[in-house]
Amino acid sequence: MSWADILILVVQCFVITLAVTTGFAYLTLFERRVLARLQNRVGPNRAGPGGFLQPAADAVKLFFKEDIVPAMADKPVYLLAPAMAVIPALIIWAVIPFGCLNIANWDYRACFSASGEGLRNILQIADINVGVLYILAVTSIGVYGITLAGWASNNKYSMLGGIRSSAQLISYELALGCAVLSVVMTYGTLSTREIVYLQGWSNGGIWGIVPQLLGFVLFMIASTAEVVRAPFDLVEAEQELAGGYNTEYGSMKFALFFMAEYIKLIAVSAIAVTFFFGGWRFPGLETLGRGMTELAGPVVGSIVMGIVSLGSFLLKVVIFLFISVWVRASWPRLRYDRLMDLGWKWLLPLGLLNILYTAVVYVLVPSQRLAAFVLLGLGLITLAIAGSFSSAPRPVDNVTYVKEVVRSSTGREERDHELRESAKGI
Amino acid sequence: MDVLLFFVTAAVALVGAIAMLVSRNAVHSALFLLLNFGAMAVLYLLLQSPFLFTIQLTVYAGAIMVLFLFVVMLLGAEQVEDTPDRIAWQRPLGILLGVGLLGVAAAASLRGAAGQPAPGGEAAASFGNPAELGALLFTRYLLPFEITGVILLVAVVGVVVLNQRGRQQAPAKPPAGD
Repeated sequence: MSWADILILVVQCFVITLAVTTGFAYLTLFERRVLARLQNRVGPNRAGPGGFLQPAADAVKLFFKEDIVPAMADKPVYLLAPAMAVIPALIIWAVIPFGCLNIANWDYRACFSASGEGLRNILQIADINVGVLYILAVTSIGVYGITLAGWASNNKYSMLGGIRSSAQLISYELALGCAVLSVVMTYGTLSTREIVYLQGWSNGGIWGIVPQLLGFVLFMIASTAEVVRAPFDLVEAEQELAGGYNTEYGSMKFALFFMAEYIKLIAVSAIAVTFFFGGWRFPGLETLGRGMTELAGPVVGSIVMGIVSLGSFLLKVVIFLFISVWVRASWPRLRYDRLMDLGWKWLLPLGLLNILYTAVVYVLVPSQRLAAFVLLGLGLITLAIAGSFSSAPRPVDNVTYVKEVVRSSTGREERDHELRESAKGI
Repeated sequence: MDVLLFFVTAAVALVGAIAMLVSRNAVHSALFLLLNFGAMAVLYLLLQSPFLFTIQLTVYAGAIMVLFLFVVMLLGAEQVEDTPDRIAWQRPLGILLGVGLLGVAAAASLRGAAGQPAPGGEAAASFGNPAELGALLFTRYLLPFEITGVILLVAVVGVVVLNQRGRQQAPAKPPAGD
């Protein structure tokens, strides 16, 4: 590895970290604006045109807030926790391919080759042969930040938030792992670059959503729980926990937790795009690369390919983020027992069933594409059956009625009288 | 470069392990053990085995330590209590087994220093490749692999059985308000 390579790597890391943090800042604005529209409000629109400077204003505000450490907190762990929350959220980006810009000999065709030979893609930091496992490993250590923050604050509400988070993340990691495992079984590889490659129509593949519809649904639910986002945000249930694990945190340390949460949200959206929606690929991209290369030479061709593929990836990610905001606006928070019920009794069995489907169908059906559609059918049927079971328990009526309510339209005074009588009795 | 990285990582691993033992606070101990696991993962990476690196992080750092922390936090058992060992022969047996383990480790490192190939060396060539490692596990080493799986299953069943028995022996409490 020459010095130039190391320099490129360092620049890549810097650019991606900065891009992701900027993405976080504008995701907060995007979320607030979209939520406002969904709730028939306007949202923050004062700072700059259309509220464009709002994230900057928020950042300045957070910087100037008082930075305190609670007297009874466990100081080293208290200070360590925000860092342990942010670092996994950032390093997970190392294996996600954002696009394909080949800078070794500027040949766009290397992006569309199976082996990836002669490919030096600067839009992916590391193409390792265990990329998917790396993603799972990093998400699994992401729980420490929240858990430790809850413990180190020495506050019972924070503690409850921390315990909830570890229980929730352990429960949903299994479902997430099952969903990811079935994706790996579909493509037969652990490399994220190869997963993107194998979803190309010209390579006999198809977007992962077709064979893994069930896996996609499970992945979306489990990953939403894994990034503790609404409707699974019991970790920071304001009504019950006075804020949750981050109650005792202020200033930039609070901002780091906030940042970790949103960056993780962007990351799981990017992972969902990579696994199920063809990553940076879209139909006609190869033709575009060929046309631009013929028209303006290989350098321009590669760069156009890189920019267009990056744009396609970002567009898909933004669609996912919009859906995530939409979900947050639509669903109320789950109750804790229902959360565990969903994770263990529904998602995990469905995930195991999906692994079974994938294994059996790919062995029995010779054609990859036919197998994909068979799996789509199986997934739809399973989802329909699972959805038709309503596992919601009937609401328990804990209200003690005073007396039979008189239902006549004229009996209002009579009813009031009865209520008064019974109140005396109490 | 590799040697330097190795010594730094090994030092971090040792410091983590020792600090884990001497720390008075169970959560701090868990964190030092986490540091040790992380350093071990980096050592696997230095041995050109990214697969083991990710597995180490997922299984040990991501699953087992989280469970430890969860239990410690749930029980509020952060502070170590100085109680005498309930089983008298526990400490001598522990020392004996520790010396035995040290002997095995010394034998293994002497063997390595003598340039003999490691047992199970055919897996070493494919450590970097998860597909080949998987193939070896499911063909040549199928029996050990299955036995490990059965042992884990026995442990799971045992936990369920013990838990159930504890519940039956407990005095019949009224069901908690539901």
